[in-house]
Amino acid sequence: MSNVLQIGDYTFRSRLIVGTGKYETHAMMREAIDASGTELVTVALRRVNLNNPDEPSLLDFIPENVRILPNTAGCYTVDEALTVARLARAAGIGTLVKLEIIGDKNLLWPDPIATLEATKILVREGFTVMVYTTPDPVLAKYLDQAGAHAIMPLGSPIGSGQGVLDVEAIHRFKHRVSVPVIVDAGIGSPQDACLAMESGADAVLINTAIAQAKNPVLMARAMKLAVEAGRLGFEAGRMPRLAQAAASSPTSGMMALGQ
Amino acid sequence: MRLIINGEPRVLPGTGNVKDMLDRLGVDHQTVAVMVNGEIVVRTNFETHPVRDNDTVEIVRFVGGG
Repeated sequence: MSNVLQIGDYTFRSRLIVGTGKYETHAMMREAIDASGTELVTVALRRVNLNNPDEPSLLDFIPENVRILPNTAGCYTVDEALTVARLARAAGIGTLVKLEIIGDKNLLWPDPIATLEATKILVREGFTVMVYTTPDPVLAKYLDQAGAHAIMPLGSPIGSGQGVLDVEAIHRFKHRVSVPVIVDAGIGSPQDACLAMESGADAVLINTAIAQAKNPVLMARAMKLAVEAGRLGFEAGRMPRLAQAAASSPTSGMMALGQ
Repeated sequence: MRLIINGEPRVLPGTGNVKDMLDRLGVDHQTVAVMVNGEIVVRTNFETHPVRDNDTVEIVRFVGGG
């Protein structure tokens, strides 16, 4: 088992991917990124505010050793997502893209059909495609066949903090796809991150749970430790679950007491 | 010259190419991506790609996101 996370041609030692949205300030985001130990952060692409073109650039607050993963958040069609991905590449930060095509506005649930179609096209165009998807194992197989470089099932709806609602989905994915499985969306606390990793996820992507914590920097560190603990636990292999107790102390050689 | 930039009508004087347009708007070339009439303009073509009257332009940059 390799101890690095390999996504296409990119190698990462950290298994925690961090989102850059919803921080109160750029400075706080920078501190949280440092505390998380992440080597990959997501960003979105939006219009420049022409009334304030000198706004500080988000990129100025991302440490040098941390790679940028542009997302296609906010896209509802294949064409929109393709355009955003191509624009992000034109901005000159490499081939990585987090493909996200939404099919339901309230749940921010991925559109599986559009997502599969866009994956095929982006792979053909040479992108390193990390695909946000539903926890559907059959779709995961199709995405893998389409050449996705990482498959990212949601734990629960984006920003909901509900945790990983279907842990079995991680096992199902891991048994069926050849590329990294990254739990994206829904992680609310360190225990959620740890559970995802212990269940065999290759990485987790966390934004709101860090950015909206009372103390984002402390939470970033907690998530780093949770991801590491979960990964180690997975590699160590947990004991089997038993229906009844099994004594930890010897059952023989007990002295005569209370007689 | 009249342009639609990021969804809003703008009048810019003497804008011949994408680089000129960004300069007039005070936008740093290094941190943006540009689309003219739906066509993405790669950074190395900013100085050569023309911007004409009534063109529709999108100028985007990276912001925080998940």
